[in-house]
Amino acid sequence: MENIVEISGLDFGYDNSEPILENVNLRIGRGQSGCIVGPNGGGKSTLLKLLLGLLEPDRGRIEVFGRPPREARSRVGYMPQYHQLDPAFPATVTEVVLMGRASGGQWGRYSRTDREAAAAALAELGLADLGRRSFAALSGGQRQRVLIARALAGAPELLLLDEPTANIDPGAEEQFYATLDELRRRMTVLTVSHDLGFVSRETDLVICVNRQVSVHEAARFTAETANAVYHHEVNLIKHDHACFCHCAGGHQP
Amino acid sequence: MTGLLTDLFRPELGFLRYALLAGALAAPAVGVVGTMVVTRRISSLAGASAHAALGGVGLALFLQRVLLWNWCTPTLGAVAGALGAALLVGIVTLRAREREDTVIGAVWALGMSLGLLFLNYTPGYVDWQGYLFGNILLLSASDVGLVLALDAVVLIPAVLFYNSILAMSFDATFAELRGIRVELIYLALLAITAFTIVVLINVVGIILVIALLTLPAAAAGCLTRHLWSMMTVSALLALLAVAGGLLASYCYQLPSGPAIVILASAFYGIALIRHRWKRSRGASV
Repeated sequence: MENIVEISGLDFGYDNSEPILENVNLRIGRGQSGCIVGPNGGGKSTLLKLLLGLLEPDRGRIEVFGRPPREARSRVGYMPQYHQLDPAFPATVTEVVLMGRASGGQWGRYSRTDREAAAAALAELGLADLGRRSFAALSGGQRQRVLIARALAGAPELLLLDEPTANIDPGAEEQFYATLDELRRRMTVLTVSHDLGFVSRETDLVICVNRQVSVHEAARFTAETANAVYHHEVNLIKHDHACFCHCAGGHQP
Repeated sequence: MTGLLTDLFRPELGFLRYALLAGALAAPAVGVVGTMVVTRRISSLAGASAHAALGGVGLALFLQRVLLWNWCTPTLGAVAGALGAALLVGIVTLRAREREDTVIGAVWALGMSLGLLFLNYTPGYVDWQGYLFGNILLLSASDVGLVLALDAVVLIPAVLFYNSILAMSFDATFAELRGIRVELIYLALLAITAFTIVVLINVVGIILVIALLTLPAAAAGCLTRHLWSMMTVSALLALLAVAGGLLASYCYQLPSGPAIVILASAFYGIALIRHRWKRSRGASV
């Protein structure tokens, strides 16, 4: 099986401080998807930044599609959390999604292909009617979906989603989970979540990050495993093929 | 009003024509750069750059009059000071991860102090108040040429690389992941901002230049939902503020810089109130 992500013996720490990640080994093959979980400050975002080539490891090896992460960027789609962005920025939904088609050294207008790809990504996320709306005027859940559409516009093979389920609008959950499921059939999707998020297929992985990284198959992931990662009581709700996990202590609003 | 119009064509009022012309021609650059300064939140960096321009002016005048380096004009000094300060702050915050506001405060005060120190040792009369508050009496045909050069430097890259600039301003990390040279664009933006500041200093002065850059753009931000339309509306408001302020200062014997800035502040106030009012009624812009 071709490796989408391969990490071996990776250490990382910011500027001589305590290591954030230690001796990380992780392999994600084509067709697999995963949910990166763990407590706040455990190193989830750092792992994401390493996968994007925004940070370099202190030790060890990290490869995405068999290359250094920087060289694989054009095949990776990334959705940050929307509240990292200026809430008043003047741009329409379509303009934001088109940014997913931007590339270095490009000048002039976006091509017809770019516009079609952006429109398709908008339609896939159920946002076709909102294209002309101001990004600033959307709800949190809508903004999050626009940012997923932006990541999809670049036709990625690996999709990295930072807290995609944090701001879902009430009533839109079912459709949103169905969309994510659909994406998982087409590409490798790694979601990051500070509560346990959700893992929806038997082949999916639960990647627990708390300085060290341990990988579990979703089918075998139990409350005991979760407790071991979080060091406190965790609720685990399984129904159908989906397994929704919620952290009992601390993080829930 | 007709009196004003005939006054405008009187030969001894050439300075007023130059001021209106320079202000009107500067509006497109002010609209574009002001919008970037507001959306990228670098108005205090621009403030440091403006004040450091005085350091450059002081040094240039000192070299010109003491060492008789005639090529060393105050405008050249202002460009060097403003550009040096903007790039220094930009690079230090990008590379050394220093606290940006501390670096800005230091460069701001140091530039100003060096300027006053050099002017103190420069023989002959120096109109330092003109640099601080603007002196449209000093405007000449060469300033109008400088403004045209500014428009070219600002508008050509803004049109050509609009999509990259938009992507970088909205989300620099994502733009970098898409292969856009984010740091290069950012440093180019700082350089262009410094150049804009120098050109505007003659119209409104060092202390008020930040207001002319940010207030029309902030007002436009309340009224628009595209970056390009924010730039356009901002340019129109800058034009109205400069023309209205200059004419008011001529008609009512007001200092021109403050008149321009008060008008621009009024635009911002009105736009902000309208925006809040619309939002409180639940209408989306």
